[in-house]
Amino acid sequence: MQNFPGVGVSPGRIVAPVRQMPRPLADPPAGEKLAPGTTAEDAAEALKAAARTVQEELRRRAAEAAGDAKAVLEATALMATDPMLIKAAVKLINTGTSAERAVWEAAEAVAAMLVSLGGYMAERATDVLDVRARIVAALRGVPAPGIPASATPFILVAEDLAPADTATLDPSVVVALVTAGGGPQSHTAIIARSLGLPAVVAAAGVDRLPDGTEVYVDGAAGTISTEPGEGERAAATAWAANASTLAVFTGRGTTADGHLVPLLANVGGAKDAVKAAAAGAEGVGLLRTEFCFLERETEPSNAEQVEAYRGVFDAFPGRKVVVRTLDAGADKPLPFLTDATEPNPALGVRGYRTDAASPGVLERQLAAIAEAATGSTADVWVMAPMISTAAEAAHFASLCAAAGLKTPGVMVEVPSAAVTAESILREVEFASLGTNDLTQYTMAADRQLGPLAALNNPWQPAVLQLVRLTVAGSAAEGNGKPVGVCGEAAADPALAVVLVGLGVSTLSMSARSLAAVAAVLATVTLKEAREIATLALRATSPGEARERARGKLPILEELGL
Amino acid sequence: MSERKATVASSSGLHARPAALFAEAAGNAGVEVTIAMDGAPAEDAMDASSILSLMTLGAEHGSTVVLRAEGDGADAALDKLVALLETDLDAV
Repeated sequence: MQNFPGVGVSPGRIVAPVRQMPRPLADPPAGEKLAPGTTAEDAAEALKAAARTVQEELRRRAAEAAGDAKAVLEATALMATDPMLIKAAVKLINTGTSAERAVWEAAEAVAAMLVSLGGYMAERATDVLDVRARIVAALRGVPAPGIPASATPFILVAEDLAPADTATLDPSVVVALVTAGGGPQSHTAIIARSLGLPAVVAAAGVDRLPDGTEVYVDGAAGTISTEPGEGERAAATAWAANASTLAVFTGRGTTADGHLVPLLANVGGAKDAVKAAAAGAEGVGLLRTEFCFLERETEPSNAEQVEAYRGVFDAFPGRKVVVRTLDAGADKPLPFLTDATEPNPALGVRGYRTDAASPGVLERQLAAIAEAATGSTADVWVMAPMISTAAEAAHFASLCAAAGLKTPGVMVEVPSAAVTAESILREVEFASLGTNDLTQYTMAADRQLGPLAALNNPWQPAVLQLVRLTVAGSAAEGNGKPVGVCGEAAADPALAVVLVGLGVSTLSMSARSLAAVAAVLATVTLKEAREIATLALRATSPGEARERARGKLPILEELGL
Repeated sequence: MSERKATVASSSGLHARPAALFAEAAGNAGVEVTIAMDGAPAEDAMDASSILSLMTLGAEHGSTVVLRAEGDGADAALDKLVALLETDLDAV
């Protein structure tokens, strides 16, 4: 038996065979020539054969798909043998270029043309590049990039997963995610929690497991082991039985002694919001507005924004909806707002800071939020990301007041905001801790880097201290202004108890996590939560903080969380 | 050389599914068919069986396009393709 310890990021216990995500395809080098002994004719024939293979594979997948996915796959299948693409590639082959490089360049030109047309055509450029990668893989005789196609369920193993990799992920086939790299705040972790899939990240060595190896994954403990025995199989079966009870949230977050902790949802649009409302969320603690803006060349119009926000407000009539204004920059660049050439984008002009560099976008967004709020019964709060000083908070509050928005607030992600929470909260009505960025900035550890996963852990005592300081700042300010948490930390049931014990008043998370957090929170009194928080605060390492808290929460083991 | 004009009936224009259906039909026509926007020079016409060409053509709902083909069966092939273009393929 082999064990691979990692970091558990989404609970669940399961036994299944693994499939490795193919390595990203290396570009055929510029100027790559036909191999000695290969004629241009041979190369052109090989290219056409590879194109047909790719077309057949895509047609086969189209036949299994339905709706929009089917139409996209059918169109993509046609692109594989497209006469314009093949002719352009053969022309390059005839000048001595290798088949791989020829199709690479020919597709590049087509994709650039589509991008220049904008809109729907620009979106199709991705399909052309996908087809190109598949043809090059077929020419090289290596597996096509992307999630392996399979009729039977498997555990997807990868070095790390990017949003593009997981867009087509089918949770009925992919039953768990395991990565050798990545950290607790990586995209893999976020997607696993939103899909309710068990996941372990930063498990070094798993990417060398052969396809088909049966493994046991425990997404709470953060372990993977080969040759599962009776004990592991029983644990997986028990989890499957528990999972149904953990999927139901009664719609009221409370401690055992009746201290209410509203459990809210993090959402990225109206579709999410409808799902979150159905899952029992007591409101929205974080509406990410980037969905309106991403992958756009220009700012969306007022009408588009109003419609997008109203869709979310309408899902929560009479409930609180906290809107975060545009958080562009760093890992979310926007051509009309951010500078892609910054040497250090995480510390650059991002979030609220883009308002100084490109004034107007934020004011127009606030106007659209205010317009959408009028005519909806949702209780709309607005907060700015990446606030560092009281002066910034005051300026944001003035912009909100000018737009007619009554409840301005700030995200606490920058350590300076936590430390000066008292003066910041004098300027606004509430604060929301974004634990993902707060951890990254407190520990000076990039969220995306696997080797820094141990530092990038919200259980770090330093991060817990900053949560405590933010709550203390609110108490010192004296008007009982709420401090919530809307980072992924709130979705960890044990950490959620610690946060409540530290004085956090609301927790916002992906809708999938609501039931588990509610179930655990309901087993402790507020006094017990405070004691657990004190134990965690006094720990000297994240591991010790977590173990101390978990030791006081036997329900976690019982539920397999 | 046979030539036909047709008005694109699909509501999304000659993109996506309509483009795929049309390219496939043009590829199976038995003769080489070209397509161009009405008024564009004949030498700028593109291969009608290429979905990528169709997508870069930018024909919207209501655009008039010109189809051209040569040889045996050209007329019959063009008539079929015109009928296809003048059907709302998004509704099929």
